[in-house]
Amino acid sequence: MTKHKLMAFVTLCGALTAVTIALVYEPSIDPVDVSAVGFDAALVQKGADLATIGDCITCHTSPGGKSFAGGLPLKTPFGTIYSTNISPDPETGIGHWSEAAFRRAMRRGVAPDGKHLYPAFPYDHFTLVSDDDDKALYAYLMTRQPIHALSRTNELSFPFNVRFLLAGWKMLFLGSGPFKPDPAADPIWSRGAYLVLGIGHCGACHTPRNILGAEKAQPFSGGEAEGWQAFPINSASLSPVPWTEESLKVYLRRGWHELHGVAAGPMAPVAENLSVASEDDVRAIAVYVASGMGRPFDGIESGGRTGATRPSGNGSKPQSGGSQTVPGAPDGDIGARIYASTCATCHESGRAMPYGGIDLSLSTLLSAPSSRNFMRLLLDGLPATDGRKAPIMPEFSAILTDEQAIAIASYVRSHFGNKPPWQDVSVRLREARDDQAAAPLSSAADHRPAANK
Amino acid sequence: MSLDITSLSRRSLLASAGAIIVDFSFPSRGPAQQAVGSSSETTAEKLPGSLSTDPFLDSWIRIDDGGFATIFSGKAELGQGIGTALLQVAAEELDLPFERVSIVTADTRRTANEGYTAGSHSMQDSGTAIRNAAAQVRELLIAEAARRLELPADQLTTENGTVVAQDGRRFAYGALVGTTVLHVRAQSVSKLRDPHTFRIMNTSIGRIDIPAKVTGGAAYVQDMRLPGMLHARVVRPPSYGARLKSADTDVVAKMTGVVEVIRNGNFLAVVAEREFQAIKAMRTLAAIAEWEESPGLPAHDRLDDVIRKLATKDFKILDKQAGPIAAALNLSATYTRPYQAHGSIGPSYALAQFSNDALTVWTHTQGVYPDRAAIAEMLHLPREKVRCIHVPGSGCYGHNGADDAAADAALIALAIPEKPIRLQWMREQEHAWEPYGPAMVTDVSASLDNAGKIVDWRYSLWSNTHSMRPGPAGSLLAAQHLAEPFPVPEPRPLPLPEGGGDRNALPIYSFPNAEVLHHFLPTMPLRVSAMRSLGAYMNIFSIESFMDELAMTAKVDPVIFRLKHLDDPRAKDVVTLAAERFGWGRRAKSDGTRGYGFAFARYKNLAAYCAVAMEVEVDRSTGRARVKRAVAAVDAGQIVSPDGVRNQIEGAILQSISWTLYESVTFDETRITSVDWSTYPILRFGGVPDSVDIHLIDRSGLPFLGAGEAGQGPTAAAVANAVADATSQRLRDLPLARARLVR
Amino acid sequence: MKLTVNDSIRTVETDPDTPLLYVLRDDLELHAAKYGCGLGQCGACTVIVDDKAVFSCVTPISLLEGRRITTLEGLGTVERPAPIQKAFIEEQAAQCGYCIAGMMMRAQALLLRDPNPTDSVIRAALEPHLCRCGTHMRIVKAIRRAAELLRTAPVSTKRAI
Repeated sequence: MTKHKLMAFVTLCGALTAVTIALVYEPSIDPVDVSAVGFDAALVQKGADLATIGDCITCHTSPGGKSFAGGLPLKTPFGTIYSTNISPDPETGIGHWSEAAFRRAMRRGVAPDGKHLYPAFPYDHFTLVSDDDDKALYAYLMTRQPIHALSRTNELSFPFNVRFLLAGWKMLFLGSGPFKPDPAADPIWSRGAYLVLGIGHCGACHTPRNILGAEKAQPFSGGEAEGWQAFPINSASLSPVPWTEESLKVYLRRGWHELHGVAAGPMAPVAENLSVASEDDVRAIAVYVASGMGRPFDGIESGGRTGATRPSGNGSKPQSGGSQTVPGAPDGDIGARIYASTCATCHESGRAMPYGGIDLSLSTLLSAPSSRNFMRLLLDGLPATDGRKAPIMPEFSAILTDEQAIAIASYVRSHFGNKPPWQDVSVRLREARDDQAAAPLSSAADHRPAANK
Repeated sequence: MSLDITSLSRRSLLASAGAIIVDFSFPSRGPAQQAVGSSSETTAEKLPGSLSTDPFLDSWIRIDDGGFATIFSGKAELGQGIGTALLQVAAEELDLPFERVSIVTADTRRTANEGYTAGSHSMQDSGTAIRNAAAQVRELLIAEAARRLELPADQLTTENGTVVAQDGRRFAYGALVGTTVLHVRAQSVSKLRDPHTFRIMNTSIGRIDIPAKVTGGAAYVQDMRLPGMLHARVVRPPSYGARLKSADTDVVAKMTGVVEVIRNGNFLAVVAEREFQAIKAMRTLAAIAEWEESPGLPAHDRLDDVIRKLATKDFKILDKQAGPIAAALNLSATYTRPYQAHGSIGPSYALAQFSNDALTVWTHTQGVYPDRAAIAEMLHLPREKVRCIHVPGSGCYGHNGADDAAADAALIALAIPEKPIRLQWMREQEHAWEPYGPAMVTDVSASLDNAGKIVDWRYSLWSNTHSMRPGPAGSLLAAQHLAEPFPVPEPRPLPLPEGGGDRNALPIYSFPNAEVLHHFLPTMPLRVSAMRSLGAYMNIFSIESFMDELAMTAKVDPVIFRLKHLDDPRAKDVVTLAAERFGWGRRAKSDGTRGYGFAFARYKNLAAYCAVAMEVEVDRSTGRARVKRAVAAVDAGQIVSPDGVRNQIEGAILQSISWTLYESVTFDETRITSVDWSTYPILRFGGVPDSVDIHLIDRSGLPFLGAGEAGQGPTAAAVANAVADATSQRLRDLPLARARLVR
Repeated sequence: MKLTVNDSIRTVETDPDTPLLYVLRDDLELHAAKYGCGLGQCGACTVIVDDKAVFSCVTPISLLEGRRITTLEGLGTVERPAPIQKAFIEEQAAQCGYCIAGMMMRAQALLLRDPNPTDSVIRAALEPHLCRCGTHMRIVKAIRRAAELLRTAPVSTKRAI
């Protein structure tokens, strides 16, 4: 190599290094002492509203742990990441973060010491949050109860534990906020878009991801979370009855809808948070999501059933009405027999939800290509929790053998789902059983943070 | 003066069908140790406890020739431990080992009529009667032994079921009963055992019913099995006032195992050989039947408004005017309570059999006599032909569906004579049809002087009656639904000092000027009746919340503020003890999530005293409040079973936490919509405190004070006060829903 | 149909759709499991199937061929109580007692899995169960006591389920 070429090479390396460092390197931001700062009550309230939509508490609290103290394990294809302590504790939480540091974390996924954060913290969405809203969220978090709890070390194998590589990920996949609304759009729709795409980070579960764990350019076409499928919430929606703005709003705030199903698995705490969020904001979210689903129409396509019993009014059954079992189940079809003797008493009772079970022909669960949600719901049930008005379904994991669970899955899929048989029933059953066995001894499907205990 | 009974035989006495009233007085043994109730010498004076209505000793106590005693009480075991407690009382005063006493409760054929097991009266009424009767029976046995030994009675004593003379001669009770007449009227004065010598009373003996309950023994009315028993279910209407238009009962009658389908006006029931067949038949009939309904329920979200506008009968129950006093500060507040349900874990149930023209009903009603009277009236049977026997069910906490289930079973039993009819209400029927604790509204206002003392107090409450118990047949659901229905009885207020909606509306504190108005509401949009502590829950919640609001305004510690206004030394003791044991003086300042609250009341201003101190944590992110720690101090007078009282107060605290944080009956314009545990959630283990400590004050020698309902009111206010301390937000509307606490 | 209940084979002649609760109570006269709601919401009907707690009110017997059913009666008697029964008596953990049998079966299943549960594990395990009398504190205390008794009991008295 000639001296020139060597020099050029070294310079090029130097330049590349400088560029890389420039791209990867983030300066640290000095810590601050927040203890003496007072926050305006209205600002804190605004932050509270945003935080319920962002569902911060659910990821940043471990089951049985204190609110915002972190420690929830998130299984990713790259290993397990533990959520951090975002309580305002100065030593183990974010109590020493300045507002600028917080904003940078939200906007660019960088911690105050300059290290890159894993996009398990969905800053690819939070980047859209406005400066004003970041200010409010900051005020909210800084006024929470400080909890002294060291964040757990992530369990990621090489090279995923090398943080500066995330800079590359960000280059590829991180847009830059904040959200810019379309001035011609309906303000409510825009608000909904801002919330859904931003702090609500719905796509984090509801959008499929590529091999590098980033969301594909097919927003809301369906994704997965913690072993559950997050159904498509765009025009590919699997719901036998099309969603409307009203039904979405009711579902999100109440946690169930008689024409669609129940917010189960990881969606349950989302609905629980939205039940105390601003009603206008939830309506805006519903407006935006519904718009992506296409025009709703009046007819119901599945199975000729019209479902939905109202609790009252002439013609609806009294409290004790409806079938206990469905007679005449054909011999030899174990699934039909199980449905008739075990499930029909709630699901074909003709009693209004939540007291009766949903009419299965209306349940999105049974239209999904995978049986995984059905299996989890069947085994876990919908556990009752303290003081909450919500459907209760017993867990069937101990009642049903594997053979029985597979039989009932096949039966309800064909009889109510009106779709070709699931191909993955045994696998999903095994997964669900394994997850249940591995879960800490607590109520099944327990995603609730300590706050809700 | 002593009665010579050698010339009378027991048989000849009894043969005169109770026409002979035998009076007696104790042979002189020295000064009477204790007089409970009247202290006069004449037998025309009021007798202690329920002896005043059933004065014969053998109505309460019988002893067999093996020396085993049976006591008879008109009160029922509801899970409050009264059976065991009464045994303790009897064993103590009879001087018998605990194992040699058994109890028969609440049976219209065998026990006294003690009305309802309610209002925390059991110890005060039945316990007092049995205590005195037992003491007097013991004296009679001593007298008989003295007669046989030809010794003065005061030289004899008793020892564990034996009368013993100083020279060692002895008679076991069993040897004496053949010639001891117990069919005698009680005296008004008894020689009661000195509390310092108690061997069984004031000790925590294990409850006699618990071993069977934890090993699966037949312990409940639901466990009874009679030969030939049939299973029945009622199909209730979908709403109040619904009218049955059509029901194709033939379809149901043809179902497997169905023996009978009964239709009488709006009353529908099915009877089958097996239980599940009855359930399936019920569901089918419920699906087939068509009803005509009409909306008649008030707006659920404007209930307090609706209540204030109902027609009232006004009672001024306190009017104290000391004259105007300079007031420095005025404060006023309004509190509200929704309808709340008993929510018994075991839905109501009864077993009934009509045989040889006589009806027997095994029921968990709180009042076998009144229920019998109502059922007899409903069925046009003479009362003597109806027998109601109490067998324990699940906790009822007042007037739930038990009386109605008894009537349902009775009605069906008459339609199918000879066969025992087992009638079980379903969960949703219990939720939809039980009589609720009424919704209430209270207005309070008060003035403070410069020294921070309350100088003027005005309190108004709006409430329905808190008792629609049988009584008349029309109080029974079945009777209201018959083709020839019985009218719903006129609601009446329960008289003070006990009261109904106005129970504990009279403040125990001393105020120079005070006025209390009871706006009694005869119109009942929802079915209501007595629920544990009646109006006391809401009145104490209101008064004790407002006392805190006043204390804060006066800038005085809430405990000190209360002590400043209390005269009763027993009240002050209870307040001081609770505060001290809680560590009230050392409590931390609120940090926005954790707070402390205190409340106190004397139930009915004449039963047990209870003060409660609490630590509550509120998660502002979700609005959930949870009681972390509760400490209570209780004065229940003479305590029979300390553990029994603790159990009841712990239970009251937890139940009241559930009422206060979660519970409200929901309905639309036509139907009750809270019909199961998903639509009427109550406390689950996730919301249970870390610790609950109960401290009992020893008042041995003083009269019994009922403790079963003393904890509900103070708990509600303590929770609200703690939440206010934690969040600086004063919530005045029950339940303290979490949506209002999110910040 | 043949059912294995408390280690013995019982034959029942009844509609196979009948929930286990009614078969236990009406046909086999095992009264511990109670009717509280019939909807799987309250836990009063809880029994153990194989080694897990289940709601017998929503379990038709047709599902239980070849499974091992254990009720409270199968754990012990008044004369010879099992550790869990002894603990509940010692702690006087009952008021009306209607919910208690279900609580005890859930607790028994828990202790078989986790012999040394913390209070928060006990409470989480009991979340499906309701008690209206407010006996919760004593129930938790009794389960802790039962764990203690089980740990110190001689091996022969521990019932394997």
